[in-house]
Order: sequence, then structure tokens, then C-alpha cells
Amino acid sequence: MSKDNKILEELTSKDYEHGWSVNLEADEAPIGLNEDIIRWISAKKEEPEWLLEWRLKAFNNWLTMTEPVWANVHYPKIDLQGLRYYSAPKKSNKPKSLDEIDPELLQIYERLGINLNEQKRLQGIAVDAVLDSVSVGTTFKETLSKLGIIFCSFSEAVHEHPELVKKYLGSVVPMTDNYYAALNSAVFSDGSFCYIPSGVRCPMELSTYFRINAANTGQFERTLIVADEGSYVSYLEGCTAPKRDENQLHAAVVEIYAAKNAEVKYSTVQNWYPGDKSGKGGIYNFVTKRGICAGDHSKISWTQVETGSAVTWKYPSCILKGDYSIGEFYSVAVTNNYQQADTGTKMIHIGKNTRSRIVSKGISAGKSQNSYRGQVQVMKRASNARNFSQCDSLLMGDRCGAHTFPYIDIQNPTAKVEHEATTSKIGEDQLFYCNQRGISTEDAVALIVNGYAKEVLNQLPMEFAVEAQKLLALTLEGSVG
Amino acid sequence: MLTIKNLHASIEGTPILRGINLEVKAGEVHAIMGPNGSGKSTLASVLAGREEYEVTEGEVIFQGKDLLELAPEDRAREGVFLAFQYPVEIPGVSTTNFLRTAVNQVREYRGLPALDAVKFLSVMKEKMKLVEIDQKLLSRSLNEGFSGGEKKRNEIFQMAMLEPTLSILDETDSGLDIDALRIVSNGVNKLKSDKTATIVVTHYQRLLDYIVPDFVHVLYNGRIVKSGTKELAMELEEKGYDWIKEEVNAASV
Repeated sequence: MSKDNKILEELTSKDYEHGWSVNLEADEAPIGLNEDIIRWISAKKEEPEWLLEWRLKAFNNWLTMTEPVWANVHYPKIDLQGLRYYSAPKKSNKPKSLDEIDPELLQIYERLGINLNEQKRLQGIAVDAVLDSVSVGTTFKETLSKLGIIFCSFSEAVHEHPELVKKYLGSVVPMTDNYYAALNSAVFSDGSFCYIPSGVRCPMELSTYFRINAANTGQFERTLIVADEGSYVSYLEGCTAPKRDENQLHAAVVEIYAAKNAEVKYSTVQNWYPGDKSGKGGIYNFVTKRGICAGDHSKISWTQVETGSAVTWKYPSCILKGDYSIGEFYSVAVTNNYQQADTGTKMIHIGKNTRSRIVSKGISAGKSQNSYRGQVQVMKRASNARNFSQCDSLLMGDRCGAHTFPYIDIQNPTAKVEHEATTSKIGEDQLFYCNQRGISTEDAVALIVNGYAKEVLNQLPMEFAVEAQKLLALTLEGSVG
Repeated sequence: MLTIKNLHASIEGTPILRGINLEVKAGEVHAIMGPNGSGKSTLASVLAGREEYEVTEGEVIFQGKDLLELAPEDRAREGVFLAFQYPVEIPGVSTTNFLRTAVNQVREYRGLPALDAVKFLSVMKEKMKLVEIDQKLLSRSLNEGFSGGEKKRNEIFQMAMLEPTLSILDETDSGLDIDALRIVSNGVNKLKSDKTATIVVTHYQRLLDYIVPDFVHVLYNGRIVKSGTKELAMELEEKGYDWIKEEVNAASV
């Protein structure tokens, strides 16, 4: 056995840190999916009639659609009729303020390192905590509202700001966009809503922390971020789930709207339960994320660190409609053991002088499969569009796979599109070099991987970057020599 | 300090070292010379603990410890340093960051407290002068895009930072122009003390004009076939290795 393999054997031994769950009394929808269930969810949330109709329309569309099979991932067919589409802890019933949140729920988040007590929190980050199907609390709402910023759970937004929700819901990801987006549109339960008014620079990071707790339940959250003219917001998303032998479905939709001169930075650290060493269990993460740079000179930047999930299917994309608008995608996707990831982005250049930048760093270890899939499309009127793509793959051991699927579609001759790709291995040479300087193999792997992913990690807000670095090392611990 | 006894090593079943005996004492500089393929670099790699090489016989005692029993990182922590012939590149990791990790792991092993950023930088500044290395180079990714000379200088800089007891320089002169050779050699000479030892592995005598050896050993077919002083190196420079090969071959007939 080569040294690489030996190290791989050792490395795959690290346990998932957030694998615990708690017994919570829950308000649950019956198992299964049909119009009645959708009516049940809508009634539960006391939704207005227009939203129920919207859901039902989505559901009827979904019925005519088939599951996408083009992604380079393999998993047994999901029994969507065998799932529960709504589960809310009974204790989450509409707390009017943070003080009213049930201590048991607070504890769950504390255990995850998320303190919902504003006094105890680091200033600078506001959190919306979503547990299974509902938001259990949002911090710093008052502070933010003084600036006109709306940051609340999606359900609350439906009641408090129906005009905004109505205007933007489905405007970036239409309900018929794809199989999972349609499903989400029919059954979504909660998520975060955020509106930054014209000219306001959001003074703190906004974040949503998603936690799946209930078994046999799908999580279908929906996030909508609207940045009005000249505004700026940086948004973070984190997620974990308990260890369970069954696979669980998470099918979210994120929509971002950026008006003229607005800038939205969206960062994700995805750490859903990846399944065990033999590939049992784990989250199916089928997510549609898209932003539209609707106004001139607007900018949307996606940064993702993907370390969890058994299967990931996710392409945070930008529609560059406004002239001079900018789209960015920075990604580190790590797969270990039997994880599979098919992730990348779409940059659709519609406006003139639009620019996009794609930096994708895949890291594969164990017996995992890691694919980058990206599309750069330059439409007819998008003169002087520019794109730069860089897709790097790093392999650890000789039993994993790295794949790159770039699609380029250019309809305007003035476009400049560059694509660079590299594949490398953590070599025994590199490890030996580090060892010879006194650095242990584990630390050498962490050093090399973090160096490799540096360009992406640098895009993350400070507090997250440190977390992400640790997470990378942890995910790969035991996987290389 | 270092005793090598009847060391045999092979790679993928092919024997390379066939019974090396060598005694290195503190304060000494030993040069290992020899024609290509004689096993010089293998000796350096085996001492540092490279896993591709299998030690089939013999022992290596370093400061009373069985060196061959130690993992490569522990050999480094015990004070063995190898200046690589071909230093590897590590993208995205600056030399500074790399060395801070290394220095602090070595210090931890030796029971010393970690150096904080400020202290580390001040030590670094001091050692930078030894090899006339530019701080800009140290903030770049380790060895990435470095010239041959910069890589070798960086090796010696790392040696200065890690303060080894035994330094092994593997063909450090290869790819160096005369100015770089002078700078690198000056660095090595300044780091020498009566408590440390140096093994210089080289094909050419040129380096030995700068780093003057106390002993010169000629390696041929995996054995040390001749030992002498600096004069032996001069003789090799003048006459090449053929006469040694002939001597050895004649003796074995």
C-alpha cells in the first residue's frame, strides 16, 4: 500500500461534529405530498390566498416535470411520497421577542456555537435561526429596522411585507425553473427574507443558520434578498444536520435581486451531515441559488465552502442583466469517503460590458466524486462581456474522481472568455518536504489544502474564514498522508 | 553525533546503498562526492526518512538515538535538516507561514513555547541577512515561480530558522551561478559551529572552494570507496572519477 493510501485510511476516521439530535415535540404534517398537504402547510402558516394559489400552481407544474438526471451523481430514487414536508418544534410558536424563545431551542443553537442572545453575541452579525421547517428567532431586528432594513423569517415577511414578497418571489428563480425549485415553490416552509433600502449599507453581516433536527423530514427553505438601488449587504449561510442512517432531502431556493449600483455578497459554509464512512445516510442537497444583477453597475458575489452532504447538486448563478454589472463565484468543494458533489455556476451575460469571474477549487479524497459544472453564456446584445474562469481540482489518493464540465455559449463576437483548469495531487513530495521541516502529516495536509483554497477563503468574512479553514482540515482529517 | 554502520538501502527491490560506514562528529564538515548514480542523493534521502527507500540492513545512530526508528518529522525535530536538491512548490502557502508552522512544531517537540508573530518576525529578519534573502520573496507562495538560485537560498534560510544540529546539503550547488553560490555558501558557513555538523553532497568540487570540508568521501556503487581530505576533492576535479572506478574494479577482480 502506498503512503498516500495509508494516510487515506487513517484520515477517513474523523467523526462529524454536529451529528447529535434532540427530541422535540413537533407539529408535523402527515407524510406524503399532494394538494391537501400544501393546503395544510399554507393554512398552518396562515398564508394569504395568493400564496396558496402560487404554491398550488407550482405543485401542478411540478407534477408534469421529471427529476433531472444529467448531473454526475448517483443515488437511489428518492421516495418523495414517503417524506414529511413540514415539521416545526411545538415550542417555536411565534415568540414576539428573543426573550420568549424556548430555552430548549436556544440551547440547540448554543450547542452549535450560535448564540441568539444579542447581548452575548459578537456585534456585527445578525442571525435568523431556522430549525426544520420554521424560523425560531431573528436577532438585531430592531437595530436593523432603524435603517429601514428588513431582516426576518420568510413567514413573517409574508404577513408584514406582502407587497415586497409578492413582487420578488419567483422573480429570479421561476417556480417552473427546475424540478427541485418547483417542488420547493410548492412546499417551502420558511427561510429568511431581507430587504435593504436604497442607499443603505448594511452595517452588520446578516446570516441564516439552518438546522435539520427531525427525522424523515425534508427541509425546503426559501431565502429572498432584495438590495435596492445603491445598497450593500453581506449575507452568510451555515447549516448542519444530525447523523442519521437514512438520507434526508434538503431542497432550498435562494433568490437575490440587486438593483442599480447595489452589491450583494452571499457566503455559504455548507456542512450538512455527509453520511458515514461507508456512504450510509447523509443529506441530499439539491439547491437552486440565483441572483439577478437587474440594474446597471450592480454586483452579486457568491462564495461557497461546501464540505458536507452526501450528494450536492448546486449552481449559484448570476444573471447579468444591467450594463456594467458584475457576477462572481468563488467555490471550494470538498468531498471525502462516498460523498458526491456536482456543483458550479452559471453566468448569463445579457447587459453590455458585464463581467464575471469564476474560481472553483475542488478537493476530492476517499472514494468521492467531485464535479465542477459551469456555464458561461454571452447573449447577443452583451457587447464587451468578459469572463474569467479558473477550475482547479486537487486529488488525494487514487480512488476518488475529479471532473470538469464547462459549457461556453457565446453569441456576441466582442466577448472575451478565458478558461483555465488544472488538476493536481497532494504529492508525497510535498508531504515529505513538510515532514522534513518538522511538520506533522495532518498539519501538512491542512497547510497544503488551505493554501490551495486560499483565493476562495480570502473572499469570506473574517469570522467565517477561520471557521472554514478549520472545517476543511476537519473534513479531510485522516484522508491523506 | 552521527554514526552510520553498514547501511544498506534499496528502492523497489533494487539495492542502491550497499554498506555505508561513516562517522560524523560535531564541528565537522563532510563532503560526499561521487559519479552520477553512485547513491549520494539516496544517502541523503534515507537519513531524512524518505519512505520510498527501504533500509535492508545496518543502523544509523544520531545523538544516541536510532534515527531509522523515527518518523521523518521527528528526525527534523531532533535536529536533522535536509536542503533539498529540488525543493517542492506549495501554492498559496507563503514561506513565512510555512516556516512559522515548522518552527513552532519543532519548538513544541523540544518543550519550548511557540513564537508569537512579533517574535517570529524579528527572528526572521535577523536570519534573512545571513542569506541575503528579500522579505518579498518570503511572502510569496513557497518556491512557486522562484528561480533556481532563490529556491536554494530559501533552503538555507529555512536551515537558519530551524537551527539544525546536522545539516545535509543535497547538491545545493546545482543550478547556481557563481554569485548565488557565494551567497549560499556564506550562509552555510555562518551557521556552522562546534556543536553542529554538515554533510555536503555534491558532484563537483566547486562548492568545496566555499564550504571547506574536513573530510571528503567518494561514493561509488553504494559504498564509500575512498576517504581523504580536501586534496582528494582537488584530485577528483583534475582527474575525474574514472581512475577511482578502475581502482575499485581492479580490487574486486
